[in-house]
Amino acid sequence: MRTKKFADKKSTVIKLKNVWKTYYMGDIALDVLKGVNVDINAGEFVVIIGPSGSGKSTMMNQVGVLDTPTKGKIYLKGTDISTLSESDLAQLRGKTIGFVFQQFNLIPTLTALENVTLPTIFQNVPEEVRLKRATELLTMVGLGDRIHHKPSELSGGQQQRVAIARALVNDPEIILADEPTGNLDSKSGKQVMGMLARLHTEENKTIILVTHDTDLVSYSQKTVHLKDGEVVNIQTNGFKR
Amino acid sequence: MLKDYINIPWKEIKRKRMRSWLTLIGIFIGIAAIVSLITLGQGLENAIEQQFSSLGKDKLFILPKGGFFGMGSSELLTENDLEVIQRTPGVKLATGLSQAFAKFEYNDLVNYGFISGISTSPEERALVWDAQTYGLIEGRLPRDGDKFKTLLGYDHTQDDLFDKRVELGDKIILHDREFKVIGFLDKIGSPPDDQAAIIPLDAYNELFGTEDELNFIIAQSSLGEDPLKVGEDIEKELRKEHDLKAGEEDFEIQTPEQFAEAFGVILDMVQIVLIGIAGISLLVGGIGIMNTMYTAVLERTREIGILKALGARNSQVMALFLVESGLYGLGGGIIGATVGIGFAKLTELAFVIAVGPAFLSIKIDWVLIGGTLLFSFIIGCLSGIAPARSASKQNPVDSLRYE
Repeated sequence: MRTKKFADKKSTVIKLKNVWKTYYMGDIALDVLKGVNVDINAGEFVVIIGPSGSGKSTMMNQVGVLDTPTKGKIYLKGTDISTLSESDLAQLRGKTIGFVFQQFNLIPTLTALENVTLPTIFQNVPEEVRLKRATELLTMVGLGDRIHHKPSELSGGQQQRVAIARALVNDPEIILADEPTGNLDSKSGKQVMGMLARLHTEENKTIILVTHDTDLVSYSQKTVHLKDGEVVNIQTNGFKR
Repeated sequence: MLKDYINIPWKEIKRKRMRSWLTLIGIFIGIAAIVSLITLGQGLENAIEQQFSSLGKDKLFILPKGGFFGMGSSELLTENDLEVIQRTPGVKLATGLSQAFAKFEYNDLVNYGFISGISTSPEERALVWDAQTYGLIEGRLPRDGDKFKTLLGYDHTQDDLFDKRVELGDKIILHDREFKVIGFLDKIGSPPDDQAAIIPLDAYNELFGTEDELNFIIAQSSLGEDPLKVGEDIEKELRKEHDLKAGEEDFEIQTPEQFAEAFGVILDMVQIVLIGIAGISLLVGGIGIMNTMYTAVLERTREIGILKALGARNSQVMALFLVESGLYGLGGGIIGATVGIGFAKLTELAFVIAVGPAFLSIKIDWVLIGGTLLFSFIIGCLSGIAPARSASKQNPVDSLRYE
């Protein structure tokens, strides 16, 4: 059954075509990405890996359509993002991609539940629907008894689980995680990775993991190696877990 | 949806309590000033209108030109003028009054106050009573045949003028002449009136050596006559009598309505100036909100990046910040309106203590309150536009990187 499902979803969800990103520091132009070509297919678990300074963060901003390339094209579900307005892109991003950040990036004034519902507000989801969904998700990540806690009242691992619930609330096809275990102890890190892996296998989510941690490659089906702003190798690991 | 756009900014406001309170101050002072001024102004206007309408619309005051009620005028009116007025068609009744500022002696102490000489004929006395809103609280009214008898203003029933209250039947020396106290007047609310003495016109003329002079004349138009028309007729007659051309009158005629209008205009001007000053406070308050919002946008750069990563449109980010600044305005408005009404009520209470009830009554005008709250919310929003726009325009990547 699963193979069948994968076969159905074997469409490209994110396509980077000859993507260049150049930053200008005064008169000096710095090419951070140099003609990157990557296809990410529906249902894949992709790890983008590279040492610091390799352009990983810039790559993640491009893949997450948080930023537009200096040159080249990015297609999100077939749509050339350069044709969208900033606001329309934000809407599409909110619907299609769930973000999990290294810094958790929860809003400190809001409770866990409110943080999780936040993305649905921007998609105009009715209140009953989103409260139900957010509560379910928080229960799923094991925080059912902490939904009214503020981020400052939660541990790092718990905060990251709130962030995962938040990433899932709009039921996006893609989860983009940027060093999700970087600020966690190894036990919490394993828990978080376990969740991402489950989302991949059980919910058929496309998972994109950006990291410098080579240990995490073991989770991936496709590993994109980045060095000095270029893709040096794309390694297909097959379906590992 | 709306609830979220209020809930999220509200939590941000609560996060920085001290700063939020400080931000509210400017708006709150301005709104408090405006609400209390308008409320008090309306109360005062009503009070003045009531005072003048209680005089009756059929009364006319004829005064020498210049000065105030004949004091400070070079030419006073005469008994002859009074007769001319009494003869004018449409005039039911007219009476003259004389007034002087003079010495009062009692209990071996000296004070100065106004002495009014009035007619003792019952009809004319009643006209004065009506036109001056006098009321008797103790003793009896003056009558024909009274001479060195006096009525005293309300303050004489208290012990602050002469260390002890003046008693009915006591002797008081007015302008070096002994008078017997036959009664006391009710409180009017203005010290010159409440400290005055009222004596028969005969006694007044003897006391001050005057014969033919009147400070002002009160006329009452007949039932069914237009007081303004009667006023014009009096003007014509007096002009003829004084042999003057139109526009050269040495007297003026006023109706209570004209007084009320004149007072109203003065009151309006005072209010406009004061509200203008309060407006400056609002402007400063608005700038305070703008400053707070710019600080907030800078502090929350990273959060703005998060919101955008989570799919917030520029307009949605802008709305969150606009509501926040609007809430500052509204909060200032609510506190300001409450304090303003409280202040107006306290002033009313002060009037009740000083003058007695029923002079100034403060009514809470809900339309004014509602309008003020809306206005303060709008001020908040307007102050927030520029900061909110700058928040909405931030690039998500740069914002997320912001430490």
